[in-house]
Amino acid sequence: MTTTPIRGLGHPVKRKEDPRFIRGKGTYVDDIKLPGMLYLDIVRSPYAHARIKRIDASKALAMPGVVDVITGAELEKAGLAWMPTLMSDRQMVLPTDRVVYYAQEVAAVVATDRYTAADAVLAVEVEYEPLTPVLDPFKALEPGAPLVRPDREQKTNHIWHWEAGDKEKTDRIFQEAQVVVSQDLYIPRIHVCSIETCGCVVNYDRATDKLTIWMTSQAPHAHRTVFSLVSGIPEHKIRIISPDIGGGFGGKVPVYPGYVIATYAALKLGKPIKWIEDRSENLQADTFARDYHIHAELAATRDGKIRAMRVHTVADHGAFDAAANPSKFPAGLFSVCTGSYDMEAAHVAVDGVYTNKPPGGVAYRCSFRVTEAVHTIERMVDILADELGMDPAEIRFKNFIRPEQFPYKSPTGWEYDSGNYPATLQKALDAIGYQELRREQAERRARGELMGIGISTFTEIVGAGPSHTFDILGIKMFDSAEIRVHPTGSAIVRIGVQTQGQGHETTFAQIVAEELGLPVENIIVEHGDTDTAPYGLGTYASRSTPTAGAATAVAARKIREKARLIAAHLLEVSPDDLEWRDYAFRVKGAPDRFKTMQEIAFAAYTNFPQGLEGGLEAVCYYDPPNLTFPFGAYVCVVDIDRGTGQVKVREFLAVDDCGTIINPMIVEGQIHGGLTMGLAPALFEEIVYDENGTMLTGTFMDYLLPTAMETPHWKTDKTVTPSPHHPLGAKGVGESPTIGAPPAIVNAVVDALSHLGVRHIDIPITPAKVYQILLEKGVAE
Amino acid sequence: MERVPIQLTVNGQPYQAEVEPRMLLVHFIRDVLNLTGTHIGCDTTSCGACTVLWDGRPVKSCTVFAVQADGGEIQTVEGLERDGQLHPVQEGFWEEHGLQCGFCTPGMIMTAVALLQENPDPSEEEIRKAIAGNLCRCTGYVNIVKAIQYAARKMRETAPATAGIAGGE
Repeated sequence: MTTTPIRGLGHPVKRKEDPRFIRGKGTYVDDIKLPGMLYLDIVRSPYAHARIKRIDASKALAMPGVVDVITGAELEKAGLAWMPTLMSDRQMVLPTDRVVYYAQEVAAVVATDRYTAADAVLAVEVEYEPLTPVLDPFKALEPGAPLVRPDREQKTNHIWHWEAGDKEKTDRIFQEAQVVVSQDLYIPRIHVCSIETCGCVVNYDRATDKLTIWMTSQAPHAHRTVFSLVSGIPEHKIRIISPDIGGGFGGKVPVYPGYVIATYAALKLGKPIKWIEDRSENLQADTFARDYHIHAELAATRDGKIRAMRVHTVADHGAFDAAANPSKFPAGLFSVCTGSYDMEAAHVAVDGVYTNKPPGGVAYRCSFRVTEAVHTIERMVDILADELGMDPAEIRFKNFIRPEQFPYKSPTGWEYDSGNYPATLQKALDAIGYQELRREQAERRARGELMGIGISTFTEIVGAGPSHTFDILGIKMFDSAEIRVHPTGSAIVRIGVQTQGQGHETTFAQIVAEELGLPVENIIVEHGDTDTAPYGLGTYASRSTPTAGAATAVAARKIREKARLIAAHLLEVSPDDLEWRDYAFRVKGAPDRFKTMQEIAFAAYTNFPQGLEGGLEAVCYYDPPNLTFPFGAYVCVVDIDRGTGQVKVREFLAVDDCGTIINPMIVEGQIHGGLTMGLAPALFEEIVYDENGTMLTGTFMDYLLPTAMETPHWKTDKTVTPSPHHPLGAKGVGESPTIGAPPAIVNAVVDALSHLGVRHIDIPITPAKVYQILLEKGVAE
Repeated sequence: MERVPIQLTVNGQPYQAEVEPRMLLVHFIRDVLNLTGTHIGCDTTSCGACTVLWDGRPVKSCTVFAVQADGGEIQTVEGLERDGQLHPVQEGFWEEHGLQCGFCTPGMIMTAVALLQENPDPSEEEIRKAIAGNLCRCTGYVNIVKAIQYAARKMRETAPATAGIAGGE
């Protein structure tokens, strides 16, 4: 029997991916260098809306080292001037006659090195005729508004209307309600800003007729299929490799024009092509998140029982609907906005609108618009509490879906798998000393100090998703795992999802270790190469553990069933006489007679029973029966400086429940990171355009990512309520904190100012915004 | 464009090259020397992913021309390991889960190495100040601080022996 520890579920196994990263030996896309490789750089539009009258590349082409200049006119001849988006819209790869947002791709240059390419970008002369841009989605919907997309049959800036819930019942409850509160909330446009930008290296090998694309991709298989469909190149001739990825957060799900242009250039020129965005390009032109204009209402009884919720949202999607939501959900899972609260009815409507901005609507570390949903309900519950003079904790306890109500059918049709909301909130309140904090607040208020306590008790919805409801471009959102156990008892696991820092190479190995009783260090996990990994839809929306994690467990269990037959053969007993216990097949009633997986693996290649196939491997394509619903209770304590308006997060406690935990160290790390990406839009980040549609926040000098100085020392705790339908009981965690943190912070700031009559502040809550309020209320120092 | 001869030492190895005067040190390190551990995350000297040590001081190599470093000594993340032993800062990042995607990690590690050379026992506040020029989007910094504290402890524990040798000179 092996003496090496298994270290399966629940162990804080140090990460297998780290030895290469801490040595600087990771392989990110920009680290790939091929012989004869050329560099591609992109000419971008200085206008948000303009007609292109002329592109003159002659000066650029005359420069030594410049190989080619590619324009929309050339791509049009190849049928590639437009490409489909993941949302059944289409998007310009390079424009033929007009640009529709600032920093849009206009032409591409190819040169022998990146400096020459950058020089050539400046040498391409483009003559524009500026057009009036439409930037406000409400104005875009007015009759006579400039048309963002004249290429469409429908001559309107309205993209789609989408609804969920029961309108009639909701309206009826609102008519008869004792109390109604309403609020406009704007959740601004933000950008994920993974520290690695996007890019690719494309190599077309004429000898093998094979196209290989190293690409910053969160979904390499889906991208391969899209590339095949768009280009007509057979899918087996395309290999997409997503190597080490320097953060994704949703920004590496869309297909960007640069990938397509680089691929075209590689095919045309027969040379490897590298295209790597610089930060400004990434921040100015890659797909954005949020930009939701929300009007929300709650109907309640006078004693604080929520009866119904009504929400209408105008969603600014920019010039192309290039979001990456599941096909049937143009507004993502926004309809989960009834949150953790039991109510009789809800109605949610969303209108998608085109504006002259870069494409919006991808996630920012969030499962398809759940951040917007959670922000809405968590703010509205506090607003209702304020209206009724109730404590924000008390109103939550009063309205929580009770533990015995699970599985809970929400008024907008979701079936929440499991939860214990009161226990989690109580744990958070006890740990942070809520009553004591309220006493302290009263004392400080009496002294004129501004201190606030904010609560957020969110429910996430992740793990898309069940094939009956979830697809992207028709491809069902199952995910996959393939496990091969080698004769000497080590194993290779290949998965359809793709890590961008989440630690899959470690956690997926732990799943297999647990299920097969093989030491975690003897298991290697590979992903991101479409030629070797099984088909999967990739990593975003916290779906890896709920989908591919489940697939890995199921594949391992298939192997275990075969192993049982081999063990029975070795022990000369019936398979039914064996039980899997303490990581071995043991004879029932004689547990000292057993075979370990290592022994069984050897026999699978050397001594397997007649009639059984040799080898020990399995594949699973896992179709989840439902989504998973992680949840948590966050408490935030802030102090506001009356002299500057600066909000200081004094303390933040996150109690998360993500079901069964595979690696507690990694889960905690994910929560720290997610909280920081919740802090960021709450206090700092916002993409701003001027009246011409020029972005004013296009570099890290203007778009403030929190540093270690702005980020508090996060405190975390947990409860564990396993998912009843996931093979391991796991739910996923990477995005919960990003959605749960912003309302906790905003609720704390508003709480600090509530005695002055402040009920809501839109994010980001900048010092200037707060100081203006302090001035208006006469409390500024 | 005219090229200028430079010579510099990188990770103890002398190099000679002819470079365009405008070539950034980070591109020299990455594209000419093929030391791709040093990363590029922005174009405004904000993110610190490209941090290297230049004559022992941390600099953002995206904001130094290679010709400026002529005659200098550069250390990158690839030069930290000694005789197959990880540097205590590298070890700390692994032990304390101080990295996720790994992209900011080399720059963060180099900044930490420089900090601990100057201040062997920094407080959490001092560590946070020191790494404020290095952006991380994954970790929320808590474990990076712990990683640097781990390294500081480890280096202090092993420092007396080193000091003894130095004292013998």
